[in-house]
Amino acid sequence: MSNILVVAEHLEGKLRKATLPTIGFAKKAQALTGGKIIGLVLGHNAASVAAELATAGVDHVIHVDSPIYANYLAEAYAPAVAEIAKVKGASIVAAPASTTGKDFLPRAAARMDAGMISDAIEVFSHNGAVGYKRPVWAGNLIARETSTSAITAVTVRMTNFDAPAAGAAAPIETIELGFAAPEHTQFLSFDQVKSSRPELTDAAAIVAGGRGLKSAEAFKMLEELADLIGGAVGASRAAVDSGYAPNDWQIGQTGKIVAPNLYFAVAISGAIQHLAGMKGSKVIVTINKDGEAPIYQISDYGLVADAFKAVPELTAALK
Amino acid sequence: MKILATVKRVFDTDGKPKLTADAKLDVSSIDCKLNPFDEYGVEEAVRLQEKGIATEVVICCVGPEEAQKEMRTALAMGGDRGLLVKVDNTESLDTLSIAKILAAVVKKEKPDLVILGKLSTDSENNQVGQMLAELTGYPQATFAFKLTPDAAGGWAIVGREVDGGTSDVKVKLPAVITADLRLNEPRYASLPGIMKAKKKPLEITTPEALGVSVKPAIVGIGYELPPARKAGIKVASVAELVDKLKNEAKVIS
Ligand SMILES: Cc1cc2nc3c(=O)[nH]c(=O)nc-3n(C[C@H](O)[C@H](O)[C@H](O)COP(=O)(O)OP(=O)(O)OC[C@H]3O[C@@H](n4cnc5c(N)ncnc54)[C@H](O)[C@@H]3O)c2cc1C
Ligand SMILES: Nc1ncnc2c1ncn2[C@@H]1O[C@H](COP(=O)(O)O)[C@@H](O)[C@H]1O
Repeated sequence: MSNILVVAEHLEGKLRKATLPTIGFAKKAQALTGGKIIGLVLGHNAASVAAELATAGVDHVIHVDSPIYANYLAEAYAPAVAEIAKVKGASIVAAPASTTGKDFLPRAAARMDAGMISDAIEVFSHNGAVGYKRPVWAGNLIARETSTSAITAVTVRMTNFDAPAAGAAAPIETIELGFAAPEHTQFLSFDQVKSSRPELTDAAAIVAGGRGLKSAEAFKMLEELADLIGGAVGASRAAVDSGYAPNDWQIGQTGKIVAPNLYFAVAISGAIQHLAGMKGSKVIVTINKDGEAPIYQISDYGLVADAFKAVPELTAALK
Repeated sequence: MKILATVKRVFDTDGKPKLTADAKLDVSSIDCKLNPFDEYGVEEAVRLQEKGIATEVVICCVGPEEAQKEMRTALAMGGDRGLLVKVDNTESLDTLSIAKILAAVVKKEKPDLVILGKLSTDSENNQVGQMLAELTGYPQATFAFKLTPDAAGGWAIVGREVDGGTSDVKVKLPAVITADLRLNEPRYASLPGIMKAKKKPLEITTPEALGVSVKPAIVGIGYELPPARKAGIKVASVAELVDKLKNEAKVIS
């Protein structure tokens, strides 16, 4: 058997959108391997998630309900994922390349003695096996790799696969695994950054600011512009480290990977680690007072100007 | 408390990658350096030692003979000794193989805390720490930006950077931690530090001597360069920018 197991990500009874491109990836892989796409929900009182997943393009849903999955822990997820993969004959186990997927899947891979591919952006046929493409070197190089283990673990980059069209509801199977709660790890808290704006990873427009803004106060003008165009606000690492923006806003190699239709880079110089997170954007607009900043080399439209003057002017013009 | 901090010799990705005719990476003109994320791990270990919480800090690398250079760079920041597991062609190893070798090191050294970086900046896997945690049966706290160990109590509380915010977990020691960039600010090695590092013991061993034989599951086929993005145009004013966004790019209505 060569089924594809997709581990769903969810929060507060809702499927997280990051799961959908992962199913999109599974569809492409399925075209090469055959087999079924099995969605897995590990949760507690998460029947709503299983129901949502059932219409998201999978062939089958497995729902494991236990209090030990009430708060996410890699030590609880890894054994469950490995067990289901074995019982259901999976040859590929996929999860979103989110901080959750990146946390539990390598642990599960080690348990399954499986090779692992991080941040897959494409699948292709390679000598009868599945080949994977993934960005390395801060996005300046694409590696092509294949796997020889019976099971391969894959995290999927959200920006590179489409969500499959919603289909008829797949059957939901409820399974009990009987694992005990991890003894050595205890979940203490999740401090969520609440925002009324769209999530960075699925915003159609992003207004991002850099160190050149010099204060948290100055980010307010980016927020105003973002709200006007229904976008999200992002930041460079230097802006986050300087305390101008929360760490959840960071875009780049160490932060979020985004690909909106429209990306404003305001007072950001364009270090490769920043570009790694945003150069997949459709239209890039740069506002920087230094006309030689490297970010102009990848920008569609550049305005050489002082952000403190240009951004309010832009907001006013769009009102 | 004994700490094992891992370091990887990585390609300096600030240099532009070049490909050979058979789609391999042309490494002839690329410099190597200590993986930036490992500097944060080593710094954290060294600070815990300076605070008297850590009694011994061992720096460990799986790499070629040349990686002694990066290990000395780490030892110049602090720490007591180095352990190099010599593998000539490290790039041919996959993450699970590295994790298996490190697991054998952990078995031998029995540290209370293993600190890795969260990511190799060249191969960008973000896997080895999590795999090592599973292979050793240790708990894991990845993407750490705050580490508060209670050595006497046998626990550590770790603040983690996660999508949507931050999360705190409590792990029982021994545990595996992977360092994110906001964990601390790594020091520059001082001249006395560099002099001292030259005299610190650096043991060289091999996977065989540790009793591990590995066969990588992930095999590289080759590389390609990503599609280049072309530089666009410069606009003269906000009015022109708005016009272009509305009427040319059609991304704003
Ligand atoms: C391992 C590693 C990982 C990293 N990961 C990331 C990552 O994920 N994301 C990330 O962003 N960085 C990352 N970095 C950091 C990266 O290398 C750069 O340091 C960072 O992106 C710089 O941020 P910046 O462009 O805001 O600041 P700077 O480089 O300082 O640029 C500020 C810019 O603002 C402009 N400016 C100043 N004042 C004004 C004004 N009034 N109006 C208009 N423009 C103005 C300046 O001309 C300049 O171009 C990483 C680094 C390392 C080593
Ligand atoms: N060859 C190696 N030797 C020692 N440590 C390594 C090696 N490869 C990876 N690591 C550690 O594992 C971390 C994560 O690496 P990776 O999973 O390759 O992104 C790195 O920051 C290192 O601390």
